[in-house]
Amino acid sequence: MSGKDVFYQGNEACAEGALYAGCRFFAGYPITPSTEVAEFLARRLPTVGGAFIQMEDEIAAMAAIIGASLVGKKSLTSTSGPGFSLKMENLGFACLTEVPCVIVNVMRGGPSTGLPTGPSQSDVMQARWGTHGDHPAIALAPDSVQEIFTETVRAFNISERLRTPVILLTDEIIGHMRERITIPPEGELEIWERPRPTVPPDQYKPYDISEGIIPPMADFGSGYRYHVTGLNHDETGFPTNNPSLVQPEEERLMAKVTENLDLIQKYEYFEKPKARIGIVSFGSSARSSRAAIRMAEEEGIKVDFLRLITLWPFPTDAAVQMADKVDMIIVPEMNLGQMIEEVQRSIAGKAETVGVNRVDGDPITPTQILDRIREVA
Amino acid sequence: MSSRYEVRLSGAGGQGLVLGGVILAEAVSLFEGKNAVQTQSYGPEARGGASKSEVIISDEEIDYPKATEIDLLLCLTQEACDKYSVDLKTNGILIADVRMVKELPEGDYRVYNLPILETAKEKVGKIFVANIVALGAIAHLLDAVSFDSVEKAVLKRVPKGTEDLNKRALKLGYNLVD
Repeated sequence: MSGKDVFYQGNEACAEGALYAGCRFFAGYPITPSTEVAEFLARRLPTVGGAFIQMEDEIAAMAAIIGASLVGKKSLTSTSGPGFSLKMENLGFACLTEVPCVIVNVMRGGPSTGLPTGPSQSDVMQARWGTHGDHPAIALAPDSVQEIFTETVRAFNISERLRTPVILLTDEIIGHMRERITIPPEGELEIWERPRPTVPPDQYKPYDISEGIIPPMADFGSGYRYHVTGLNHDETGFPTNNPSLVQPEEERLMAKVTENLDLIQKYEYFEKPKARIGIVSFGSSARSSRAAIRMAEEEGIKVDFLRLITLWPFPTDAAVQMADKVDMIIVPEMNLGQMIEEVQRSIAGKAETVGVNRVDGDPITPTQILDRIREVA
Repeated sequence: MSSRYEVRLSGAGGQGLVLGGVILAEAVSLFEGKNAVQTQSYGPEARGGASKSEVIISDEEIDYPKATEIDLLLCLTQEACDKYSVDLKTNGILIADVRMVKELPEGDYRVYNLPILETAKEKVGKIFVANIVALGAIAHLLDAVSFDSVEKAVLKRVPKGTEDLNKRALKLGYNLVD
Protein backbone atom coordinates (compact mmCIF):
# COMPACT_ATOMS: atom_id res chain seq x y z
CA MET A 1 0.00 0.00 0.00
CA SER A 2 1.41 3.36 -0.94
CA GLY A 3 1.19 6.42 1.24
CA LYS A 4 -0.87 9.55 0.97
CA ASP A 5 0.56 12.59 -0.81
CA VAL A 6 -0.10 15.91 0.88
CA PHE A 7 1.26 19.41 0.52
CA TYR A 8 2.36 20.19 4.06
CA GLN A 9 4.16 22.80 6.05
CA GLY A 10 7.11 21.58 8.14
CA ASN A 11 5.25 22.24 11.37
CA GLU A 12 2.23 20.30 10.10
CA ALA A 13 4.47 17.39 9.11
CA CYS A 14 5.89 17.40 12.62
CA ALA A 15 2.43 17.20 14.14
CA GLU A 16 1.38 14.47 11.67
CA GLY A 17 4.57 12.56 12.45
CA ALA A 18 3.81 12.79 16.16
CA LEU A 19 0.35 11.27 15.60
CA TYR A 20 1.88 8.53 13.45
CA ALA A 21 4.33 7.73 16.25
CA GLY A 22 1.45 7.35 18.68
CA CYS A 23 1.57 10.72 20.43
CA ARG A 24 -1.70 11.20 22.29
CA PHE A 25 -0.93 14.23 24.45
CA PHE A 26 0.23 17.73 23.64
CA ALA A 27 0.69 20.64 26.00
CA GLY A 28 2.13 23.93 24.87
CA TYR A 29 2.00 27.66 24.77
CA PRO A 30 1.79 29.39 21.37
CA ILE A 31 4.92 31.02 20.03
CA THR A 32 6.04 31.99 16.54
CA PRO A 33 7.34 30.15 14.53
CA SER A 34 6.15 26.92 16.15
CA THR A 35 2.45 27.59 16.73
CA GLU A 36 1.20 25.53 13.76
CA VAL A 37 2.35 22.34 15.50
CA ALA A 38 -0.03 23.14 18.37
CA GLU A 39 -2.79 24.34 16.05
CA PHE A 40 -2.70 21.12 14.05
CA LEU A 41 -2.75 18.91 17.13
CA ALA A 42 -5.51 20.93 18.79
CA ARG A 43 -7.63 19.95 15.80
CA ARG A 44 -6.47 16.38 15.38
CA LEU A 45 -5.70 14.95 18.84
CA PRO A 46 -9.33 14.92 20.01
CA THR A 47 -10.29 12.90 16.90
CA VAL A 48 -7.91 10.07 17.89
CA GLY A 49 -8.76 9.95 21.58
CA GLY A 50 -5.86 12.19 22.58
CA ALA A 51 -5.77 15.38 24.59
CA PHE A 52 -4.52 18.88 23.86
CA ILE A 53 -3.95 21.50 26.53
CA GLN A 54 -2.87 25.08 26.06
CA MET A 55 -1.09 25.78 29.33
CA GLU A 56 -0.48 29.10 31.05
CA ASP A 57 3.15 29.13 29.95
CA GLU A 58 5.98 26.98 28.61
CA ILE A 59 7.15 25.87 32.05
CA ALA A 60 3.75 24.40 32.83
CA ALA A 61 3.54 22.87 29.35
CA MET A 62 6.80 21.00 29.91
CA ALA A 63 5.55 19.84 33.32
CA ALA A 64 2.28 18.68 31.76
CA ILE A 65 3.93 16.47 29.14
CA ILE A 66 6.07 14.85 31.83
CA GLY A 67 2.91 14.12 33.82
CA ALA A 68 1.11 12.73 30.78
CA SER A 69 4.08 10.53 29.93
CA LEU A 70 4.08 9.16 33.48
CA VAL A 71 0.55 7.88 32.95
CA GLY A 72 1.71 6.18 29.79
CA LYS A 73 0.92 8.62 26.98
CA LYS A 74 3.47 9.56 24.36
CA SER A 75 3.75 13.31 24.82
CA LEU A 76 4.89 16.33 22.86
CA THR A 77 5.44 20.02 23.35
CA SER A 78 6.56 22.55 20.77
CA THR A 79 8.10 25.95 21.20
CA SER A 80 10.78 28.38 20.03
CA GLY A 81 13.82 30.07 21.64
CA PRO A 82 12.30 32.01 24.56
CA GLY A 83 9.95 29.12 25.36
CA PHE A 84 12.78 26.61 25.02
CA SER A 85 14.69 28.53 27.70
CA LEU A 86 11.69 28.23 30.02
CA LYS A 87 11.51 24.47 29.50
CA MET A 88 15.07 23.85 30.60
CA GLU A 89 14.43 23.18 34.29
CA ASN A 90 11.77 20.56 33.64
CA LEU A 91 13.81 19.12 30.78
CA GLY A 92 16.48 18.27 33.34
CA PHE A 93 13.77 16.76 35.54
CA ALA A 94 12.70 14.49 32.67
CA CYS A 95 16.33 13.46 32.09
CA LEU A 96 16.88 12.47 35.71
CA THR A 97 13.50 10.85 36.24
CA GLU A 98 13.83 9.13 32.83
CA VAL A 99 10.46 10.20 31.49
CA PRO A 100 10.16 9.88 27.69
CA CYS A 101 8.95 13.02 25.90
CA VAL A 102 9.63 14.99 22.74
CA ILE A 103 10.34 18.72 22.65
CA VAL A 104 10.20 20.57 19.33
CA ASN A 105 12.15 23.80 19.07
CA VAL A 106 11.49 25.72 15.84
CA MET A 107 14.49 28.01 16.13
CA ARG A 108 14.15 31.77 15.66
CA GLY A 109 16.56 34.65 16.19
CA GLY A 110 17.69 35.30 19.76
CA PRO A 111 18.79 35.82 22.51
CA SER A 112 15.67 36.84 24.42
CA THR A 113 12.62 37.49 22.27
CA GLY A 114 15.02 38.34 19.42
CA LEU A 115 13.54 37.99 15.94
CA PRO A 116 10.16 36.27 16.31
CA THR A 117 9.59 35.74 12.58
CA GLY A 118 13.22 35.30 11.52
CA PRO A 119 15.03 31.97 11.18
CA SER A 120 18.03 30.92 13.23
CA GLN A 121 20.04 27.87 14.29
CA SER A 122 21.38 29.38 17.43
CA ASP A 123 20.03 26.88 19.97
CA VAL A 124 22.47 24.10 19.05
CA MET A 125 24.41 24.38 22.29
CA GLN A 126 21.30 25.04 24.37
CA ALA A 127 19.91 21.73 23.12
CA ARG A 128 23.03 20.07 24.52
CA TRP A 129 23.74 22.05 27.67
CA GLY A 130 20.65 24.20 28.33
CA THR A 131 19.63 22.44 31.49
CA HIS A 132 22.09 22.23 34.36
CA GLY A 133 24.08 19.25 35.49
CA ASP A 134 25.55 16.40 33.50
CA HIS A 135 22.74 14.91 31.51
CA PRO A 136 22.15 12.91 28.34
CA ALA A 137 21.09 14.97 25.32
CA ILE A 138 19.60 13.86 22.04
CA ALA A 139 18.78 16.38 19.31
CA LEU A 140 17.65 15.68 15.75
CA ALA A 141 17.74 18.27 12.95
CA PRO A 142 15.83 17.40 9.74
CA ASP A 143 16.21 19.49 6.57
CA SER A 144 12.99 18.87 4.63
CA VAL A 145 9.28 18.59 5.31
CA GLN A 146 9.35 14.85 4.61
CA GLU A 147 12.26 14.42 6.96
CA ILE A 148 10.55 16.45 9.67
CA PHE A 149 7.83 13.79 9.55
CA THR A 150 10.20 10.83 9.75
CA GLU A 151 12.52 12.40 12.33
CA THR A 152 9.57 13.24 14.56
CA VAL A 153 8.63 9.56 14.46
CA ARG A 154 12.24 8.66 15.22
CA ALA A 155 12.35 11.19 18.08
CA PHE A 156 9.43 9.42 19.74
CA ASN A 157 10.92 5.99 19.09
CA ILE A 158 14.28 6.88 20.62
CA SER A 159 12.69 8.70 23.52
CA GLU A 160 10.47 5.74 24.37
CA ARG A 161 13.10 3.06 24.00
CA LEU A 162 15.78 4.92 25.98
CA ARG A 163 13.41 6.64 28.44
CA THR A 164 14.91 10.05 27.88
CA PRO A 165 13.74 13.36 26.38
CA VAL A 166 14.48 13.93 22.68
CA ILE A 167 14.69 17.37 21.13
CA LEU A 168 13.69 18.03 17.53
CA LEU A 169 15.52 21.13 16.31
CA THR A 170 14.03 22.76 13.24
CA ASP A 171 14.03 26.42 12.22
CA GLU A 172 11.64 29.04 10.89
CA ILE A 173 12.51 28.27 7.26
CA ILE A 174 11.78 24.54 7.23
CA GLY A 175 9.11 24.88 9.93
CA HIS A 176 7.09 27.19 7.70
CA MET A 177 8.21 25.79 4.35
CA ARG A 178 5.70 23.74 2.38
CA GLU A 179 6.53 20.74 0.22
CA ARG A 180 4.75 17.66 -1.06
CA ILE A 181 5.30 14.73 1.27
CA THR A 182 4.10 11.16 1.46
CA ILE A 183 2.55 10.03 4.70
CA PRO A 184 3.49 6.38 4.92
CA PRO A 185 0.70 3.87 5.51
CA GLU A 186 0.30 2.59 9.05
CA GLY A 187 2.85 -0.08 9.80
CA GLU A 188 5.42 1.06 7.23
CA LEU A 189 7.55 2.90 9.80
CA GLU A 190 8.46 1.00 12.92
CA ILE A 191 6.96 2.34 16.14
CA TRP A 192 8.69 1.60 19.42
CA GLU A 193 7.19 1.55 22.88
CA ARG A 194 8.81 2.11 26.26
CA PRO A 195 9.76 -0.96 28.27
CA ARG A 196 6.96 -1.79 30.73
CA PRO A 197 7.17 -3.93 33.88
CA THR A 198 6.51 -7.66 33.76
CA VAL A 199 6.42 -7.98 37.55
CA PRO A 200 3.27 -7.37 39.63
CA PRO A 201 2.87 -3.98 41.36
CA ASP A 202 4.05 -5.18 44.78
CA GLN A 203 7.39 -6.28 43.34
CA TYR A 204 7.92 -3.27 41.07
CA LYS A 205 10.93 -1.03 41.57
CA PRO A 206 10.88 1.96 39.19
CA TYR A 207 14.63 2.14 38.67
CA ASP A 208 15.47 -1.54 38.75
CA ILE A 209 18.27 -2.17 36.27
CA SER A 210 18.77 -5.85 36.86
CA GLU A 211 17.47 -6.58 33.34
CA GLY A 212 19.43 -3.84 31.53
CA ILE A 213 20.28 -0.16 31.71
CA ILE A 214 16.79 0.98 30.70
CA PRO A 215 14.47 0.23 33.63
CA PRO A 216 10.87 -0.80 32.82
CA MET A 217 8.41 2.04 33.30
CA ALA A 218 4.94 1.54 34.80
CA ASP A 219 1.96 3.71 33.86
CA PHE A 220 0.55 5.65 36.77
CA GLY A 221 -3.05 4.67 37.26
CA SER A 222 -2.47 1.06 36.27
CA GLY A 223 -2.00 -0.19 39.81
CA TYR A 224 1.71 0.52 40.10
CA ARG A 225 2.77 3.19 42.59
CA TYR A 226 6.15 4.77 42.90
CA HIS A 227 7.96 7.92 43.84
CA VAL A 228 9.20 10.38 41.21
CA THR A 229 11.71 12.98 42.28
CA GLY A 230 14.25 15.31 40.75
CA LEU A 231 16.62 14.41 43.55
CA ASN A 232 19.10 11.65 42.92
CA HIS A 233 17.29 8.47 43.84
CA ASP A 234 17.82 4.77 44.40
CA GLU A 235 16.01 1.92 42.63
CA THR A 236 12.84 2.55 44.65
CA GLY A 237 12.67 6.11 43.35
CA PHE A 238 13.21 7.63 46.81
CA PRO A 239 15.95 10.23 47.32
CA THR A 240 19.45 9.19 48.18
CA ASN A 241 22.77 10.94 48.54
CA ASN A 242 24.71 7.72 48.93
CA PRO A 243 27.83 8.33 46.79
CA SER A 244 28.08 4.68 45.78
CA LEU A 245 24.58 4.88 44.29
CA VAL A 246 24.70 8.37 42.82
CA GLN A 247 27.85 8.03 40.74
CA PRO A 248 26.79 4.86 38.84
CA GLU A 249 23.28 6.20 38.31
CA GLU A 250 24.62 9.43 36.77
CA GLU A 251 26.91 7.36 34.57
CA ARG A 252 24.06 5.10 33.56
CA LEU A 253 22.00 8.06 32.37
CA MET A 254 24.82 8.99 30.01
CA ALA A 255 25.42 5.36 29.00
CA LYS A 256 21.84 5.09 27.76
CA VAL A 257 23.00 7.41 24.96
CA THR A 258 26.64 6.43 24.51
CA GLU A 259 25.80 2.72 24.34
CA ASN A 260 23.11 3.32 21.74
CA LEU A 261 24.87 5.59 19.25
CA ASP A 262 23.87 3.30 16.35
CA LEU A 263 20.26 3.82 17.24
CA ILE A 264 20.54 7.59 17.51
CA GLN A 265 23.22 8.93 15.18
CA LYS A 266 22.16 9.58 11.62
CA TYR A 267 23.93 11.56 8.92
CA GLU A 268 24.63 11.59 5.18
CA TYR A 269 28.11 11.79 3.72
CA PHE A 270 28.35 12.77 0.04
CA GLU A 271 31.83 12.16 -1.21
CA LYS A 272 33.49 13.62 -4.30
CA PRO A 273 36.69 12.03 -5.57
CA LYS A 274 39.80 14.01 -4.59
CA ALA A 275 37.85 16.79 -2.83
CA ARG A 276 40.10 18.89 -0.59
CA ILE A 277 37.25 20.93 0.87
CA GLY A 278 34.37 19.69 2.98
CA ILE A 279 31.16 21.21 4.31
CA VAL A 280 29.41 20.19 7.52
CA SER A 281 25.90 21.54 7.91
CA PHE A 282 22.37 20.73 9.06
CA GLY A 283 18.77 21.91 8.82
CA SER A 284 17.91 24.64 6.34
CA SER A 285 21.59 25.64 6.01
CA ALA A 286 22.20 22.15 4.61
CA ARG A 287 19.88 23.01 1.73
CA SER A 288 21.91 26.16 1.00
CA SER A 289 25.09 24.09 1.26
CA ARG A 290 23.84 21.53 -1.24
CA ALA A 291 23.08 24.30 -3.76
CA ALA A 292 26.52 25.88 -3.15
CA ILE A 293 28.29 22.53 -3.67
CA ARG A 294 26.50 22.10 -7.00
CA MET A 295 27.48 25.63 -8.07
CA ALA A 296 31.11 25.00 -7.02
CA GLU A 297 31.21 21.82 -9.06
CA GLU A 298 30.10 23.78 -12.14
CA GLU A 299 33.23 25.87 -11.53
CA GLY A 300 35.36 22.75 -11.19
CA ILE A 301 35.70 22.80 -7.40
CA LYS A 302 34.87 19.52 -5.67
CA VAL A 303 33.41 19.67 -2.17
CA ASP A 304 32.53 16.81 0.20
CA PHE A 305 29.34 17.20 2.20
CA LEU A 306 28.47 15.89 5.63
CA ARG A 307 24.85 16.56 6.49
CA LEU A 308 24.10 15.94 10.10
CA ILE A 309 20.62 14.73 10.97
CA THR A 310 21.58 13.92 14.56
CA LEU A 311 23.30 16.88 16.23
CA TRP A 312 23.52 15.33 19.70
CA PRO A 313 25.21 13.02 20.46
CA PHE A 314 27.51 14.64 17.93
CA PRO A 315 28.58 12.24 15.13
CA THR A 316 32.27 12.65 15.90
CA ASP A 317 33.37 9.72 13.72
CA ALA A 318 31.78 11.24 10.63
CA ALA A 319 33.56 14.56 11.21
CA VAL A 320 36.86 12.70 11.65
CA GLN A 321 36.24 10.76 8.43
CA MET A 322 35.95 14.09 6.62
CA ALA A 323 38.96 15.64 8.38
CA ASP A 324 41.12 12.65 7.44
CA LYS A 325 40.44 13.42 3.79
CA VAL A 326 40.05 17.18 3.28
CA ASP A 327 42.26 20.12 4.26
CA MET A 328 39.49 22.59 5.01
CA ILE A 329 36.06 22.16 6.54
CA ILE A 330 33.44 24.90 6.08
CA VAL A 331 30.62 25.01 8.63
CA PRO A 332 27.62 27.11 7.53
CA GLU A 333 25.18 27.72 10.39
CA MET A 334 22.67 30.47 11.23
CA ASN A 335 24.46 31.47 14.42
CA LEU A 336 27.81 33.00 15.25
CA GLY A 337 29.68 29.70 15.47
CA GLN A 338 28.33 26.89 17.65
CA MET A 339 28.52 23.60 15.78
CA ILE A 340 31.92 24.57 14.38
CA GLU A 341 33.32 24.21 17.91
CA GLU A 342 32.02 20.67 18.11
CA VAL A 343 33.56 19.94 14.70
CA GLN A 344 36.88 21.34 15.93
CA ARG A 345 36.70 19.30 19.13
CA SER A 346 35.96 16.16 17.12
CA ILE A 347 38.69 16.52 14.50
CA ALA A 348 41.37 17.72 16.95
CA GLY A 349 43.35 19.73 14.43
CA LYS A 350 43.23 17.22 11.57
CA ALA A 351 41.87 19.90 9.21
CA GLU A 352 41.37 23.66 9.16
CA THR A 353 37.88 24.99 9.83
CA VAL A 354 36.04 28.13 8.83
CA GLY A 355 32.43 29.20 9.40
CA VAL A 356 29.75 30.86 7.33
CA ASN A 357 27.60 32.62 9.87
CA ARG A 358 24.47 34.69 9.64
CA VAL A 359 22.13 35.99 12.35
CA ASP A 360 20.30 38.86 10.65
CA GLY A 361 17.04 36.97 10.11
CA ASP A 362 17.77 36.06 6.49
CA PRO A 363 18.90 32.60 5.45
CA ILE A 364 22.48 31.80 4.50
CA THR A 365 22.40 31.92 0.70
CA PRO A 366 24.14 29.43 -1.58
CA THR A 367 26.19 32.34 -2.97
CA GLN A 368 27.52 33.18 0.50
CA ILE A 369 28.76 29.63 0.90
CA LEU A 370 30.08 29.55 -2.67
CA ASP A 371 32.11 32.69 -1.93
CA ARG A 372 33.68 30.95 1.06
CA ILE A 373 34.42 27.86 -1.05
CA ARG A 374 36.17 30.05 -3.64
CA GLU A 375 38.18 31.78 -0.90
CA VAL A 376 39.58 28.53 0.45
CA ALA A 377 39.88 26.64 -2.85
CA MET B 1 19.20 24.15 -12.23
CA SER B 2 17.94 24.94 -15.70
CA SER B 3 14.36 23.92 -14.98
CA ARG B 4 14.20 25.99 -11.80
CA TYR B 5 11.51 28.67 -11.97
CA GLU B 6 11.12 31.25 -9.22
CA VAL B 7 7.93 33.13 -8.33
CA ARG B 8 7.60 35.82 -5.68
CA LEU B 9 4.24 37.23 -4.56
CA SER B 10 4.63 40.49 -2.67
CA GLY B 11 2.40 43.09 -1.14
CA ALA B 12 1.15 44.07 2.29
CA GLY B 13 0.49 41.74 5.20
CA GLY B 14 -3.19 40.74 5.15
CA GLN B 15 -3.54 40.62 1.35
CA GLY B 16 -3.44 36.83 1.39
CA LEU B 17 -0.15 36.42 -0.42
CA VAL B 18 1.00 33.53 1.72
CA LEU B 19 -2.22 31.70 0.89
CA GLY B 20 -1.73 32.67 -2.77
CA GLY B 21 1.72 31.08 -2.72
CA VAL B 22 0.42 27.96 -0.99
CA ILE B 23 -2.33 27.53 -3.60
CA LEU B 24 0.07 28.03 -6.51
CA ALA B 25 2.64 25.62 -5.08
CA GLU B 26 -0.01 23.05 -4.26
CA ALA B 27 -1.41 23.27 -7.80
CA VAL B 28 2.04 22.66 -9.27
CA SER B 29 3.05 20.00 -6.79
CA LEU B 30 -0.10 17.91 -6.42
CA PHE B 31 -1.81 18.47 -9.77
CA GLU B 32 1.06 18.98 -12.23
CA GLY B 33 3.45 16.41 -10.75
CA LYS B 34 6.35 18.84 -10.59
CA ASN B 35 8.34 19.75 -7.49
CA ALA B 36 7.38 22.94 -5.71
CA VAL B 37 8.49 24.53 -2.46
CA GLN B 38 6.69 27.45 -0.85
CA THR B 39 8.23 29.75 1.75
CA GLN B 40 7.29 33.06 3.23
CA SER B 41 8.77 36.04 4.94
CA TYR B 42 6.82 38.42 7.03
CA GLY B 43 7.17 40.84 9.89
CA PRO B 44 5.54 40.62 13.30
CA GLU B 45 2.56 42.71 12.11
CA ALA B 46 -0.73 40.90 11.48
CA ARG B 47 -1.60 43.52 8.85
CA GLY B 48 0.42 46.02 6.86
CA GLY B 49 4.17 45.95 6.40
CA ALA B 50 5.78 44.41 3.34
CA SER B 51 5.11 40.70 3.03
CA LYS B 52 6.23 38.10 0.53
CA SER B 53 5.60 34.51 -0.34
CA GLU B 54 7.80 32.53 -2.69
CA VAL B 55 7.28 29.46 -4.83
CA ILE B 56 10.14 27.56 -6.43
CA ILE B 57 9.13 25.20 -9.22
CA SER B 58 11.42 22.57 -10.70
CA ASP B 59 11.49 19.18 -12.41
CA GLU B 60 14.47 18.37 -10.21
CA GLU B 61 14.90 18.27 -6.46
CA ILE B 62 14.79 21.75 -4.94
CA ASP B 63 17.61 22.46 -2.51
CA TYR B 64 17.67 26.16 -1.64
CA PRO B 65 14.00 26.99 -1.00
CA LYS B 66 14.14 30.77 -1.39
CA ALA B 67 14.09 32.92 -4.53
CA THR B 68 17.33 34.53 -5.67
CA GLU B 69 16.76 35.06 -9.41
CA ILE B 70 13.09 35.69 -9.89
CA ASP B 71 11.27 34.71 -13.08
CA LEU B 72 7.89 36.10 -12.09
CA LEU B 73 7.22 38.83 -9.55
CA LEU B 74 3.85 40.05 -8.34
CA CYS B 75 3.68 43.43 -6.55
CA LEU B 76 0.44 44.60 -4.98
CA THR B 77 1.93 47.62 -3.19
CA GLN B 78 4.59 50.21 -3.97
CA GLU B 79 6.47 49.38 -0.77
CA ALA B 80 6.70 45.71 -1.72
CA CYS B 81 7.78 46.63 -5.25
CA ASP B 82 10.56 48.87 -3.92
CA LYS B 83 11.71 46.28 -1.44
CA TYR B 84 11.36 43.02 -3.34
CA SER B 85 12.00 43.77 -7.04
CA VAL B 86 15.81 43.75 -6.81
CA ASP B 87 16.04 40.01 -7.45
CA LEU B 88 13.91 40.09 -10.62
CA LYS B 89 15.75 38.62 -13.60
CA THR B 90 16.34 40.60 -16.77
CA ASN B 91 13.43 39.74 -19.10
CA GLY B 92 11.52 38.39 -16.09
CA ILE B 93 7.79 38.96 -15.71
CA LEU B 94 6.59 41.78 -13.45
CA ILE B 95 2.89 41.88 -12.60
CA ALA B 96 2.12 45.14 -10.81
CA ASP B 97 -1.18 46.47 -9.58
CA VAL B 98 -1.90 49.42 -11.81
CA ARG B 99 -3.31 51.58 -9.03
CA MET B 100 -0.94 50.79 -6.20
CA VAL B 101 2.38 50.61 -8.02
CA LYS B 102 3.19 53.91 -9.68
CA GLU B 103 6.94 53.64 -9.90
CA LEU B 104 8.26 50.56 -11.59
CA PRO B 105 11.81 49.36 -11.05
CA GLU B 106 14.29 50.22 -13.77
CA GLY B 107 15.38 47.39 -16.01
CA ASP B 108 14.24 45.18 -18.85
CA TYR B 109 11.18 43.32 -17.73
CA ARG B 110 7.97 42.11 -19.28
CA VAL B 111 5.62 44.35 -17.35
CA TYR B 112 1.91 43.68 -16.86
CA ASN B 113 0.18 46.64 -15.24
CA LEU B 114 -3.09 45.07 -14.19
CA PRO B 115 -6.11 46.35 -12.25
CA ILE B 116 -5.97 43.53 -9.73
CA LEU B 117 -7.33 45.27 -6.64
CA GLU B 118 -9.96 47.11 -8.69
CA THR B 119 -11.16 43.85 -10.28
CA ALA B 120 -11.48 42.26 -6.84
CA LYS B 121 -13.32 45.23 -5.39
CA GLU B 122 -15.52 46.37 -8.28
CA LYS B 123 -16.12 43.26 -10.37
CA VAL B 124 -16.14 40.53 -7.72
CA GLY B 125 -17.25 42.85 -4.97
CA LYS B 126 -14.76 41.65 -2.33
CA ILE B 127 -11.33 43.23 -1.99
CA PHE B 128 -10.02 40.14 -0.15
CA VAL B 129 -10.09 38.04 -3.32
CA ALA B 130 -7.31 40.19 -4.83
CA ASN B 131 -4.87 37.33 -4.20
CA ILE B 132 -7.05 34.97 -6.24
CA VAL B 133 -7.42 37.54 -9.06
CA ALA B 134 -3.63 37.77 -9.10
CA LEU B 135 -3.35 33.97 -9.19
CA GLY B 136 -5.58 33.96 -12.27
CA ALA B 137 -3.20 36.33 -14.06
CA ILE B 138 -0.22 34.24 -12.94
CA ALA B 139 -1.88 31.04 -14.17
CA HIS B 140 -2.17 32.68 -17.59
CA LEU B 141 1.51 33.63 -17.71
CA LEU B 142 3.02 30.53 -16.15
CA ASP B 143 3.77 27.53 -18.37
CA ALA B 144 4.31 25.20 -15.42
CA VAL B 145 0.68 25.15 -14.36
CA SER B 146 -2.70 24.96 -16.08
CA PHE B 147 -5.73 27.07 -15.21
CA ASP B 148 -7.61 23.92 -14.18
CA SER B 149 -4.93 22.87 -11.72
CA VAL B 150 -4.91 26.30 -10.11
CA GLU B 151 -8.71 26.27 -9.92
CA LYS B 152 -8.65 22.86 -8.24
CA ALA B 153 -6.07 24.11 -5.72
CA VAL B 154 -8.08 27.27 -5.04
CA LEU B 155 -11.21 25.24 -4.29
CA LYS B 156 -9.23 23.00 -1.96
CA ARG B 157 -8.04 25.90 0.19
CA VAL B 158 -10.75 28.57 0.30
CA PRO B 159 -13.48 28.59 2.97
CA LYS B 160 -16.72 26.75 2.23
CA GLY B 161 -19.37 28.99 0.75
CA THR B 162 -16.86 31.18 -1.09
CA GLU B 163 -16.17 28.76 -3.94
CA ASP B 164 -18.15 30.60 -6.64
CA LEU B 165 -16.76 33.96 -5.60
CA ASN B 166 -13.21 32.65 -5.85
CA LYS B 167 -13.82 30.86 -9.14
CA ARG B 168 -15.07 34.15 -10.59
CA ALA B 169 -12.08 36.04 -9.19
CA LEU B 170 -9.69 33.51 -10.71
CA LYS B 171 -11.35 33.66 -14.14
CA LEU B 172 -11.43 37.48 -14.14
CA GLY B 173 -7.75 37.53 -13.22
CA TYR B 174 -6.94 35.08 -15.99
CA ASN B 175 -8.74 37.32 -18.48
CA LEU B 176 -6.83 40.42 -17.36
CA VAL B 177 -3.88 39.11 -19.38
CA ASP B 178 -4.36 39.27 -23.15
